[in-house]
Amino acid sequence: MAVPTFRFDPVALPPEATALRTEVRAFIKQHQHLMGFTRSGFDRDFSRAMGQRGWIGMTWPKQYGGHERSSFERYVMIEEMLVAGAPLSAHYTGDRQSGPNILRFGTEEQKQFFLPKIAAGELTFCIGMSEPNSGSDLAGTRTRAVKLDGGYRINGSKLWTSNAHRSDYAILFCKMAQEGQPDPDRHAGATQFLLPLKSPGIEIRPVRNLLGEHHFNEIFLTDVFVPDWLLLGKAGNGWNQVTSELAFERSAPDRFLVFFQVLCEMLRMAGPNPDRATAAALGRLVAQLATLRSMSLSIAGMLQEGLQPNNESAVVKDLGTRYEQDIPVAARQLFPTEPELEAADLYTSMIARATMNAPRLSIQGGTREILRGIIARGLGLR
Amino acid sequence: MALRDETRMLLESMDRLFQDKCTKQIVDAAEKGAFPTDLWRAVGETGVPLAALPESAGGADAEWSDLYYVLRVAGRYAAPIPLAETMLAGWIAAAAGLELTDAPMTVGPVRADDKLTLQRDGNGWRLTGRASRLPYARFAEQIILVADGPDGEMAVALQAPESADKTEGRNMASEPRDTLTFSGLRLAADAAAPLRGGTSRAGLYRRGALARAAMMSGALERAMDLAVTYAQERQQFGRPISKFQAVQQNLAVLAGQTAAAIAAANLGIEALSTNDPQAEEFAVAIAKTRVGDAATLAGEIAHQVHGAIGFTQEYALQLATRRLWSWREEFGTDAEWAARLGRLVCARGPEALWPTLTAA
Repeated sequence: MAVPTFRFDPVALPPEATALRTEVRAFIKQHQHLMGFTRSGFDRDFSRAMGQRGWIGMTWPKQYGGHERSSFERYVMIEEMLVAGAPLSAHYTGDRQSGPNILRFGTEEQKQFFLPKIAAGELTFCIGMSEPNSGSDLAGTRTRAVKLDGGYRINGSKLWTSNAHRSDYAILFCKMAQEGQPDPDRHAGATQFLLPLKSPGIEIRPVRNLLGEHHFNEIFLTDVFVPDWLLLGKAGNGWNQVTSELAFERSAPDRFLVFFQVLCEMLRMAGPNPDRATAAALGRLVAQLATLRSMSLSIAGMLQEGLQPNNESAVVKDLGTRYEQDIPVAARQLFPTEPELEAADLYTSMIARATMNAPRLSIQGGTREILRGIIARGLGLR
Repeated sequence: MALRDETRMLLESMDRLFQDKCTKQIVDAAEKGAFPTDLWRAVGETGVPLAALPESAGGADAEWSDLYYVLRVAGRYAAPIPLAETMLAGWIAAAAGLELTDAPMTVGPVRADDKLTLQRDGNGWRLTGRASRLPYARFAEQIILVADGPDGEMAVALQAPESADKTEGRNMASEPRDTLTFSGLRLAADAAAPLRGGTSRAGLYRRGALARAAMMSGALERAMDLAVTYAQERQQFGRPISKFQAVQQNLAVLAGQTAAAIAAANLGIEALSTNDPQAEEFAVAIAKTRVGDAATLAGEIAHQVHGAIGFTQEYALQLATRRLWSWREEFGTDAEWAARLGRLVCARGPEALWPTLTAA
């Protein structure tokens, strides 16, 4: 075969991962009152409890507060938490992408300062990528940093920043101000900072989503001073770094487990002995889910080998969001209801939440079109 | 866990063999009715058709999973031989203690609604019923059938000429699919034996479905390979059509569906080593359903990318797509397997879904 194919080797979980699953399920049972179909649950106490169990920064070196466990163990812990609807938001971004990027690009001082706190569930990170005029076209960022004595002065704004209003730090993506004409290389000058959100000159305003909830924010930066030691990696290397951060973001199994509880409610509605059409519709969803999970496990296997499965992650996210968006569509065909967020009936309120949340899935973390562009590049087409 | 080195070497050598011996000319000739004797001999010489059987039965105690990965390679090259059927016939017959050769065989019933009955007749047997659309029955030197006997399911070995009433048919890929009807065919005592070694009609149907899923994942690889290559070569509007975003996005979907099909087929294949019929049923249902869904969407895109040339007999794409459209209906359609899967998870209830998915 002449064309590159993506690699999804079958993976069998090692025994320690299976043992951990039992532990995680027991922990979830103990905290059952905190579980629910929101995923955006933000609970610092819960994050600290997870930190105490050693379930944040699981694969990081022990010297930085990590636990040197395998990618498979981390995978199992996360999938159990996601399926249960655990409130992970206070540490999830730090665990999934900010921490790993600090580990990869940070200075010794940064690693020692940030990583143990993230792993303890005490430090909340958010993502500082999108801007009003720079969404999918991340290289078009307008936020600018100017070198001063002892630090940088930053001006600009960030948008769609989930949980900025209750986070401690953002990894800020911006550009170093260039002298004279703009550089022909659109990635030139790109730089990342570890930005303390309490810094003077930062204003955070809520942007309510279509459910009326406050997760998004707009961050305005006016002459914000960031000291030298909070520059992440190298000035000018930001494009490379942010690409790595996005790869971490996309490789997690949270791209197809968001609506798992809706699928379970559909099984409940179907009862133990459904008609053929209902059974087939549910069977198709289960087949998709099982396949996605197996592909995601292969990605965990590649991470464990130290590989960077960027194309494979894009494939799983693209297929995963398609599957998730099919769930409320199938639900309304099989078990019609008039969805209402506050309905006493669990199924009715879930369908309302799922229907209204569905559009974001194929936008956040890289739109469907961007992901397919990545896949096309992996095929050698661009 | 990547594939074992031995598996990888086996697959590479089988890929070379098919590339060499299973050319488009061979497939075209087979579709016109000529059995590819050279190809069958070359495949037979590797020992693959009966390799999963114990050494005592002329096999090599090979892993079933390895042989199913070989079926993917065979599917890639549209191999017009009863390879899966011979493997499965050998599985049933060897377990039952029936005599075997490495000649082409077929196996049945392949359809859920067929019924075969075996009755005692003196010290022999009489066979009654129908086995529809048996793959390659007209070329098989031995036909292994599962029939209901007086004390349970039995394996029956038919030498081809005995087959009384045969109606020849073919699938959309011109692969022989022949229907045999028996009205009290007399058989010798040693032509039938009780099923043994975990074989069953349900198991045959399941492993047949998985064979088709594995072969389809190979045909999808072929379709994707052709589409991506063609898009880079075909010039329109002054550049390769692969430079157009609309085409790129379609090819990305094709690649995703192909990857999912391979992963789903692998999931079924890996379940063969559990030796647990329930786990196997669950995994095969996932595989046949997901691969069938992928075949429908990916086949459509592969043709769309090719334009008119892909619709010709001369060009190889149709070797893959006509097989995808045929195989997705055999040993149970994706709709049938999806319904089985749906009933299975519903019967266990919502609380059992996650434990079931994570059990392996």
